[in-house]
Order: sequence, then structure tokens, then C-alpha cells
Amino acid sequence: MEFFAWAMMAAGIGMGLGSLGTGIGQGLAIQKAVEGVARNPGASGKILTTMMIGLAMIESLAIYVFVVAMIILFANPFTEEVVKLLAK
Amino acid sequence: MVHPFLFLKWLEEQLHIHVGEHVMYTWLVMIILIVVALVASRGIQLVPSGMQNLMESVVTGITNLAEETMGHKGMAYFPLVATFALFILVSNLIGLIPGFYPPTANLNTNAALALTVFVMTHVIGIKEHGLSYLKHFMGPILALAPLIFIIEIIGHLARPLSLSLRLFGNMYGHEIVLMIFIGLVPFLLPVPMMLMGVLVAFIQTFVFTLLAMIYIAGALEEGH
Repeated sequence: MEFFAWAMMAAGIGMGLGSLGTGIGQGLAIQKAVEGVARNPGASGKILTTMMIGLAMIESLAIYVFVVAMIILFANPFTEEVVKLLAK
Repeated sequence: MVHPFLFLKWLEEQLHIHVGEHVMYTWLVMIILIVVALVASRGIQLVPSGMQNLMESVVTGITNLAEETMGHKGMAYFPLVATFALFILVSNLIGLIPGFYPPTANLNTNAALALTVFVMTHVIGIKEHGLSYLKHFMGPILALAPLIFIIEIIGHLARPLSLSLRLFGNMYGHEIVLMIFIGLVPFLLPVPMMLMGVLVAFIQTFVFTLLAMIYIAGALEEGH
């Protein structure tokens, strides 16, 4: 049973850490984009497009963590073995 | 974590065809798009009105974006990119209606889309440059070519992975959050999440389309 408790914790803590870094990264990117638009409002269209691509790239990191967390929670490859060991 | 009720899944069980609900909903999206295209293009007028007006503005928007990103040369691949945009947008938005499941919330659909982009970029590159397409992978210095080659190959292989996982993670994550909120408080609480879902649907469509266009533009340009 302890295995599943640790799996839950791993998913939760992993997702938290993943979104922490991603949040900081996206915040920095948006900060610079807003500064750029404030200095030169004419370039806002290009800045928006570039920022979107950058944000999507950064966001991928959190998404990877999310996918791993979902695998841990719903499609854990070790579940069967653990259940077999527990039944013994 | 699944929806409480998906009507096409129910239909699939009644008809005893086992293709998976995401394939059923992909077919639904295809039917919607084909019907919309037929309705919009039937009786085209010089001064558009109704459905034709809406579709013209959508296509004009995608055209401007494609022209800006890929340049004049890349407009040959505009139909591919526009199809991606329309299909992904309708697939994402369909998930906001109760009883519908977005096909993009399944990794198989997204892998198919991303692999199409991956194969297309290389086909375009070879078609455009012939054998000198290999220069794209060589880097500027010939002596470093073996090292750069391996890095470039890994970078190119990461493209379909990141494209498909990004779309999948966003849509599936949104589904999961909605289901958890509905499980907690079914009344009014999921509405802000659904509003965010509209935003996510549009942004992810934009990102996927834009990245596909950037990859195609990268294959079109001359190797250094």
C-alpha cells in the first residue's frame, strides 16, 4: 500500500516543482515582452507572436511533468507487480 | 478519468464497432468541417453574407499569418496548415459541449497530426533542395559536421514529440481539471475553468499551427 501513497506524493510534488520552474520562466518572458511593448507599441504584433512561441516552448516542460504525473497516477507500469506482491 | 456520458461512445457500443471514442469524435469533427465548407461555398457571392462571410474572415486570418511566417514561397503549403488549424480548433472547442470529447485529448490523434508535420517538413525540404537539404543538418563548419549532425537529428526527432505532447497535455489536463471540479462541486464552479478552456483551445491551435509553419519555413530556407 505504501507504494501507492508514494506514487501519489511523487505525482503531486513533481507537478508542483514542474509548475514552479515553468511559472518563473513564463513570468520572465512576459515581463520582457511587456517591457518591449511599452517601449515600442508598434511592434506589439510581432512581439506577441514571438512571445507565444516562447511561452509554448516553456510550457512544454510543465506539460511533460503533467504527462509523467498522469502516467504515475493512472497508467503506472508497476501496479500489477505491486498488487501481485501484496497478494502474497 | 472519463466523462460521465459520451453519446458517440454509447453509439459505438450500440453498433459494436471498436475504434475508440477519439476516432468517432474525429469523424464527427470531419463531418462538421465538410458540412460547414459545403454550406459556405455553396452559392458564392461577390459580397459575402452569412456563413461565407464567417469562413472568409477565418481563412483570411490564417492566410495573413501564413504569409507573414512562411513567406510567399510557403503559400503552396497553406492548405495543409489551414486544415490543421481548422481541425484542431474545432476539435478543441467541441470538448466544451457536454457529451462531447475533444479528439485532441487523446495522444493518438495528436501523434498522427505531429507525424504528418514531421514527414511533410522533410518531404518539402528534399523537394525544394534535393540532396543539398543535407546541408541543413551539417552546421556551418565542415569539421564539426558529425557532431552537429547527431544533435540536429535529435532536435528534429524531438519536434513531433513536443508538438503532440503539448497539445495532448493541454487538452487532457483541461479535461481532468473539469472532471475534478465537477466531482467536487457540480454547480457553477466549473464555469471559470470552461472559460479558460476556450482560451486554451484558441492558443493551442495558434501554437500548433505556428510551429508547423515555422518548421515548414525552416525546411524551405537555404542551408548555411
